Amino acid sequence: MQQFVNVTLGGLSQGAIYAAFALALVLIWRATRIINFAQGSMAMFTTYVALVLIEAGHSYWLAFGAALLGGLVLGAVVERLVIRPVEGGPALNAVIVTLGLFVAFQAIAALLFGSSFESFPAPFGLSGFRVGEFTVAFTPFSAFVIGSVVVVMLGLVALFRFTDVGLRMRASAFNQEVARLLGVRVGGMLTLGWALAAAVGSLAGLLIAGGNLVHPAYMDGVIVYGFVAAVLGGLDSPGGAVVGGLLIGLALSYVSGYLGSELVTLAALAILVAVLLVRPHGLFSRAAERRV
Amino acid sequence: MPDSVTAAARRLLPSSVLGRNLLGVLAGLLVVVVVLELTGPFRNSQFATMSYYAIAAVGLTVLTGLNGQISLGHGALMAVGAYTTGLLLETGAVPFPVAMLAAAAVTALAGVVVGAAAARLHGPYLAGATLALAVGVPGLAIYFDGVFGGEQGLRVSSPRPPDWLADAVYFVTAGDLTSARYLAYIGWITLLAVLLLLANLTASRYGRIWRAVRDDEVAAELAGVRLGRMRVLAFVVSAACAGLGGAVLAMVVRLAAPSGFTIVLSLSLLTAVVVGGLGSLTGALLGSALLVFLPPAVTGLGTDLGLTGTQAAELAPLVYGVVLVVVMLVAPGGVLGAVHRLRHAWTRRRQGARDVGAVGSSKQGG
Amino acid sequence: MTKWVRRRRTALVAAVAAATVLASACGAGGRSEGDSGGGAADPGITEDSVKVGAHFPLTGVAAPGYSAIPTGAKAYFDYVNANGGVHGRTIEYVYRDDAYNPTNTSQVVNELVLQDEIFAMVGGLGTPTHSAVLDFLNSNGVPDLFVSSGSLLWDQPEQNPMTFGWQPDYEVEGKIIGKYVKENFPEAKVGLFLQDDDFGRDGEKGARAYIDDQIVAAERYAPGNTDIGPQIAALQAAGADLVIGFNVPSYTALSQLTALRLNYQPQWIYSNVGSDPALVGALLGRFSEGKVTDSSMLDGAITTEYMPGVDESDDPWTQLWRKVWDAHGGEEGELSNYRIYGMAQAYTFVQALQAAGPDPTRQGLVDALEQVGGELRGPAFVPFRYSADSHAGMSGVKVVRIKGNGSEDLSPVQVTDNGDAEITEYTEEQATPPANGIPDVQPAG
Repeated sequence: MQQFVNVTLGGLSQGAIYAAFALALVLIWRATRIINFAQGSMAMFTTYVALVLIEAGHSYWLAFGAALLGGLVLGAVVERLVIRPVEGGPALNAVIVTLGLFVAFQAIAALLFGSSFESFPAPFGLSGFRVGEFTVAFTPFSAFVIGSVVVVMLGLVALFRFTDVGLRMRASAFNQEVARLLGVRVGGMLTLGWALAAAVGSLAGLLIAGGNLVHPAYMDGVIVYGFVAAVLGGLDSPGGAVVGGLLIGLALSYVSGYLGSELVTLAALAILVAVLLVRPHGLFSRAAERRV
Repeated sequence: MPDSVTAAARRLLPSSVLGRNLLGVLAGLLVVVVVLELTGPFRNSQFATMSYYAIAAVGLTVLTGLNGQISLGHGALMAVGAYTTGLLLETGAVPFPVAMLAAAAVTALAGVVVGAAAARLHGPYLAGATLALAVGVPGLAIYFDGVFGGEQGLRVSSPRPPDWLADAVYFVTAGDLTSARYLAYIGWITLLAVLLLLANLTASRYGRIWRAVRDDEVAAELAGVRLGRMRVLAFVVSAACAGLGGAVLAMVVRLAAPSGFTIVLSLSLLTAVVVGGLGSLTGALLGSALLVFLPPAVTGLGTDLGLTGTQAAELAPLVYGVVLVVVMLVAPGGVLGAVHRLRHAWTRRRQGARDVGAVGSSKQGG
Repeated sequence: MTKWVRRRRTALVAAVAAATVLASACGAGGRSEGDSGGGAADPGITEDSVKVGAHFPLTGVAAPGYSAIPTGAKAYFDYVNANGGVHGRTIEYVYRDDAYNPTNTSQVVNELVLQDEIFAMVGGLGTPTHSAVLDFLNSNGVPDLFVSSGSLLWDQPEQNPMTFGWQPDYEVEGKIIGKYVKENFPEAKVGLFLQDDDFGRDGEKGARAYIDDQIVAAERYAPGNTDIGPQIAALQAAGADLVIGFNVPSYTALSQLTALRLNYQPQWIYSNVGSDPALVGALLGRFSEGKVTDSSMLDGAITTEYMPGVDESDDPWTQLWRKVWDAHGGEEGELSNYRIYGMAQAYTFVQALQAAGPDPTRQGLVDALEQVGGELRGPAFVPFRYSADSHAGMSGVKVVRIKGNGSEDLSPVQVTDNGDAEITEYTEEQATPPANGIPDVQPAG
């Protein structure tokens, strides 16, 4: 029983992290119809920026803010410089560009910051809450992780549903020509989409790093599961990304706890295929209706 | 006048596609023999490495370039081929060509399963599913470690050149048939055979249908193409190639281990296909060459420039990443696309100089 | 060189015209059998230099930590070179990146052997990676010394005559830990936390030889999967009050963090590979700030040692390593146990090269190690098991408790061998480093 509770709670916190990462992917997908494979590397990079600040004696929250801001800037710059020329071109070219960025960012980080383990502090406690005589695998920091993800998701939903900017972003992604005719500055919207997504990605990077070890490749594992979570939920839906992330986090935690850690990757494959066979566009996507 | 020469040459060439491809492959074989005999054992081993990347990459070209399906999971299919080869060679009862064919067959079978699941998926959903395949399949090898050797992998006894062949080669070329050269021959002969088959296939009815499906699904379906079956078929052909590539990999590396089939392998194959020039078999060869020859060259350059070994090692992925980005920005059609464009521009200018006012159609195939 | 090329070209012409001119100028006579076979013409060695190589993960997921090992080895080789080299030869050390991927290992080792033409391989890292090149190195007659892995694969002198292990293998370490637990924690319910590969498997085998009946749970983690919450929760649920970890250092830190989350406080025992107190302590230090006063989270954990580490600053060996590092590697970062590991391997290689005499051949190097390898003394507390019948590395460890940044001995140095060999106490006094820091081994034979 105690083990079940702990495996569940552990899965939830892990799932929240996948969800944050998946949210960033969904944002970029909605803005530009591109899957950003460099997301993890970019987040790793801004996390290192935060680490440098913390090591220089600044507070955690200052570093936290700087990393989010850094993500915003990095996303905008990357979109302007290297994504813009391949937007609207063959989808594969954009994939290759983001793969190239993924590799290059990681190499730059290794050259700049060295490839050794560094510990990254957490703003909240890392020991579990006590319930009666038991300690459960849920820490103040886990609460912060889940809280942040929920806030970001609600923020995004609100942005796309209720704000003018959100509407323009959706329009730009949906049909550039029409959007342009309607007077939307499409280019600016695409840049904004990337900037926001990179900031959310940076948040995911910070949440994963908190109370953990970082090195230039520390996001590699999250990239795969975050992508799986986004696809599972449906790439068009922020809510789907969160549900997908939590689902994957929970399922993998159960598999790891009760069947064996070596089956985790297989389980991810099995879950994804099972879901996609029934719903080829993910759990929450309305893309299928839109296609017709 | 060079035009008349090429025209004459064209008249001499066999008129059938098969004949022309056969001739091309024979010419390729000659080049391979010359190059492998002229280069030392290290280059030989690099060519052996290039051959297995290329075999898998040309297979991926059929899937992604011709039929428009993305796959981030071809590394997993190579793993299937590599493990099949390793298990069969371990028994000692099977000669290696049989093991390779078996690897292709088993992987093709896996391709039926994967292809059937993938036929319903599109774009990023297909990418996600195949990505999960790439990380999931190596997990099988760890779970069933009794059969597949777990994390440590399966040692593969790679074939050694039979004495009669070594003697014959020595008699003709006075060069020893080293193990590296022998493996490079195996790899490249396999590659040429695959190229011959694929070149004919792409020129056939199937090739045309695949392209039609890629370019416009709805139109193809209206024209009576059974989309699902064609998609699965493309996956099977592509998987069989990946299996053969995996078989060569197992023999060249002498090991089939999960850590050899990471997501990096799958992504490398995709980059090779696109950077070389999507949809073209030659492009896939170029991309594979880049994968094999670029990193050591960059590392060597870094060491020459006075970097420490560790820094030089990190320079290789940096340059590779930058090359990917730059090629896509400068030459969206890949290296081969850029070459085509330059050639067209050149012929147009020559035509223009000779006959001002003539309109040269320079529309270039994607 | 030019002559060689010209001959090749002639050969090529012959090949193309083979149908008509079968009797080419160079084809006569039989093919020479076998490889170079040794003699003064071995690759990689000249009058004034000898070239050695290695493969390490310098990029990617496995790079943190391991990528520091070759920098240590390089610093020590530079130190030896600055002091006149070995028999008048400077040691040239080339290390290449394989990203812990056996496919890459096979490529870079091809490059090292065929292109760089190394004389010997020294310290290539990793079990799956090095497995991929075992056949290649042995069939090409390249000495394959001191593999950086405690797998049992490196001790197969019949099959792989050129390959030698170096560090204590995981089974030997597991046995010594198992015996210690049996004698000192006879009532403990033991949980095992194992990396899911040969490392965990060999360690488990050694431990089970003594405490099979005490083990209540064995949890395995797949390397690369950083979420080990479920595994630690399972150990806790099984009621294990003593956990033996055969894991790498990053997973030591992760297991401590996860246990903190669960308020799980068993007696931890980590294998030597995973314990590196300085590294893990530094990693965990930041998390314990303000919560645990001036002691690292690893305080009180038990581990094993086979040579003095970076924290034992009074030890003459550690002082030697510090001197070497300050002079030849300082700008690359701090001295660490990984770098000391690389230096100690380099030290053993210098001993082997000295033993091979003034005109070493590849075979001579291997023969010398088989002959006198068991007598070599260096930073390690225990001797190697090298002989004509054994290529196994160090024979034992001592059990210690981590205290602050240092450690205190819990058991004397103990030695044993694989299988059911007994564990015995090793009483020989540890050697002190030579005054100039360079060994002085007399040529063997």
